[in-house]
Amino acid sequence: MSHHIMEFKDVFFRYPDGTEALNGVSFRITHGECVGIVGANGAGKSTLLMQMNGYMLPSDGAVTIGDLQLTKKTRLEIRKKVGVVFQNPDDQLFMPTVYDDVAFGPLNLEMSAERVKERVTEALQTVGCLHLREKPPHHLSGGQKRAVAIATVIAMAPDILVMDEPSSNLDPKSRRYLIRLLNGFNHTKIIATHDLDFILEVCKRCIVIKDGRIVADGSVSDILTDKVLLEENNLELPLSVQNTGRSS
Amino acid sequence: MHMADSLLSPAVGAAFWAGTSSALAYSAKKCKASMDEKMIPLMGVLGAFIFAAQMINFTIPGTGSSGHIGGGMILAVILGPYAGFIVMASVLTIQAFFFADGGLLALGCNIWNLGIYPCFIVYPLIYRPLVKGRNTSRRIAIASVISAVVGLQLGAFSVVLETIFSGRSELPFTTFVLLMQPVHLAIGLVEGLVTAGVINFVYAARPEIIESIASARPLVTDLSMKKVFGGLLVVAVFTGGVLSWFASANPDGLEWSIAKTFGKPELPERNSRIEALIKSLQNKTAFLPDYSFKKAEGSPDSAEAGKSETSWPAIEAGTSASGIIGSTLVLVSVLLIGVVIKLLRRKGGRNRII
Amino acid sequence: MSFDEQYFKLGYIDTLSYKNTFIHRLDPRTKVIATLAFVVTVVSFSKYAITGLVPFFLFPVLMFALGDIPVWFILRKVLVVSVFAVFVGMFNPLFDSRVMFSFHGLQVTGGWISFLSIILKFLLTISAALLLIATTSFPGICHALRKLGVPELFICQLLFLYRYIFVLMEEAMRMVRAREMRSFGARGQGLRTFVSLIGTLFLRTIERAERIYQSMLSRGFTGTMHIAKAYRFGGSDLVCLAVTGIALFILRTYDIVGIIGKQAERMF
Repeated sequence: MSHHIMEFKDVFFRYPDGTEALNGVSFRITHGECVGIVGANGAGKSTLLMQMNGYMLPSDGAVTIGDLQLTKKTRLEIRKKVGVVFQNPDDQLFMPTVYDDVAFGPLNLEMSAERVKERVTEALQTVGCLHLREKPPHHLSGGQKRAVAIATVIAMAPDILVMDEPSSNLDPKSRRYLIRLLNGFNHTKIIATHDLDFILEVCKRCIVIKDGRIVADGSVSDILTDKVLLEENNLELPLSVQNTGRSS
Repeated sequence: MHMADSLLSPAVGAAFWAGTSSALAYSAKKCKASMDEKMIPLMGVLGAFIFAAQMINFTIPGTGSSGHIGGGMILAVILGPYAGFIVMASVLTIQAFFFADGGLLALGCNIWNLGIYPCFIVYPLIYRPLVKGRNTSRRIAIASVISAVVGLQLGAFSVVLETIFSGRSELPFTTFVLLMQPVHLAIGLVEGLVTAGVINFVYAARPEIIESIASARPLVTDLSMKKVFGGLLVVAVFTGGVLSWFASANPDGLEWSIAKTFGKPELPERNSRIEALIKSLQNKTAFLPDYSFKKAEGSPDSAEAGKSETSWPAIEAGTSASGIIGSTLVLVSVLLIGVVIKLLRRKGGRNRII
Repeated sequence: MSFDEQYFKLGYIDTLSYKNTFIHRLDPRTKVIATLAFVVTVVSFSKYAITGLVPFFLFPVLMFALGDIPVWFILRKVLVVSVFAVFVGMFNPLFDSRVMFSFHGLQVTGGWISFLSIILKFLLTISAALLLIATTSFPGICHALRKLGVPELFICQLLFLYRYIFVLMEEAMRMVRAREMRSFGARGQGLRTFVSLIGTLFLRTIERAERIYQSMLSRGFTGTMHIAKAYRFGGSDLVCLAVTGIALFILRTYDIVGIIGKQAERMF
């Protein structure tokens, strides 16, 4: 089960222009966990996510996924285990049809045409978009694009699913659908978002990042009820917590 | 301006398609050989960018009329000749399909006129030498304007040649040139200024972008003047060969149109003031006045010209009447077929085969 | 045409191309080859051809009817792009004044005939191109082109371009609207505003390309684009190609209008 573990040990990252985005980040996420990552804008969330599948390599420290330490050589292998769903679905759906987009990953894994078809069908069915497979991406609604973007990643059957602002720009119904969908996944889930109510419903653990450092790491019930901590990080109590507070 | 199918002959269209396809194939090969893979999505979205940018109008200073950019120069400068050409060709292709800009046969000419000149002639021979080593914003502006103007002049001149050699239009060479070149001078000026504006904008805002693309794009190390002229020579010979083959097959078509362009045999003409005025203008601006194409009366050439004149569609009144009746009948039947099919479809509902 | 109008028209024709009719279901290769053959045949007519061109209207009419394409929409587009051809063509009557024939006292010169010929050729070729894209999805056309030998890199480029046209147009549209709302009536803007608009759009495009590349890498991209699509070239495709080829040949070689016209004359 060790291949489901993600470990960051004292990770530093400096951008070419000198910005220090990560200043000694350490944590360990184990198989099946669902972790929310929150923080102010510019705190380092996106940079952190980009280390997770090797798009960027740490300037210092070590990132380990399962048995592999992240290096230039291992990142291709790591990308098979860690699937990242980015914030903007338009950036992720770049093929002529939905089918092509979902098949992109499996085809890069050099599977046979039948296996690819199986994977694509399964992935699309999971997100409820099988009927959209012949459509070009620009004919899809926002919620549909989001769902298909997720399908493109789970078609590669990653062990760990990383998502950046998954609920942004979604109408309440699509958002509810997404929550249900994620709760049905067995993958290890890492979700970076401002939507704290989303984290409440999907995650059990929460990490707070500030200025490239982890300032809190604990259970969702502890962290997302800590008003002081949240406000220090440009956040607020989740709306559902606020309302409960008011009504009592 | 885009070349149109209706002004084109199959010979000229095919010749330019041959040239364009070889250029495309060559560029694709060069890209595959030395281009970083991250250029693939970049080229794609830059094509979409040019497309979107062409839809934004601006007012041309001084005239009040609106215009839009072409994009060939910007692409050549940012992406280099090979990738730039492929992107420009893709933009023109989409325009040909979705906007019917010119047509499908003329697409070969248009890609040539608007893609080859900026990317393979103007960029390596004018822009790069001017900007090399000293790319200050002023240098870039000067280089862009000169490049865009020359590129567009070449493109416009090509349209003239393509039209003349197709023989569907009656516009004489000099008149056509006088119409096209000045207009495209102004357009070229604006295009150059916009190109310079965008490049300088990017350099000011994010200079590292241009550097990173420069290191990722296909290498141009062997695009020498020799190769460019060599390529042009091959195309010219090929085009000349194709055209003369067609000319020998259909003497009426090509020779007749060339004769029409450079010198008319005496014809019975309707007198009209406009006619006379244009004729005198033509004589005054005659290109190559002592060119031997002018057929004098009494010479064996003119006899043949006279023969070909009479053998030309000398349509008598009889055939013209049947022509009009026949045309009307055919048109009406064609329209009827269409209407009937539409009605059948509507009635057929779901159980339609056609 | 304003930006909004162009955006809408592009989107509309794109939607049309995904309809489900007999014509739409044909393999894209069939339609591309047939259209190209049609265009070349029409363009091969001499400059004075009129009656020969008339029967060719059968093809666009059939496409309209069988493909359920709105006629008025296509005709309007044809009109819009006719400017250059009409502009050049209209000089023909000025420069060619040989009287070709007279009909009930009206003298018709060669110039007018060749002008009319240009117009007819224009109507035929442009509607053929538009009908092709209206009945064939663009990825389908790309597939046909790929099978016809167009370089893989160029096909890739076309597909990417197509995919992001609408995205970029929307982005541009938002910027244009913002500019309009701060323009207080002045039509269009000076070059300076235009350049900063385009420049900003350019930067955003490059950043977008960066993000797209990122997601490509995340899904295992190693340099080759695999475009998987199965179009089946079927029996109806062969039939259509054969019928089109034969029809084009007959119409090009025989003066159908003349034959019919003479018959009609004989009857009266």
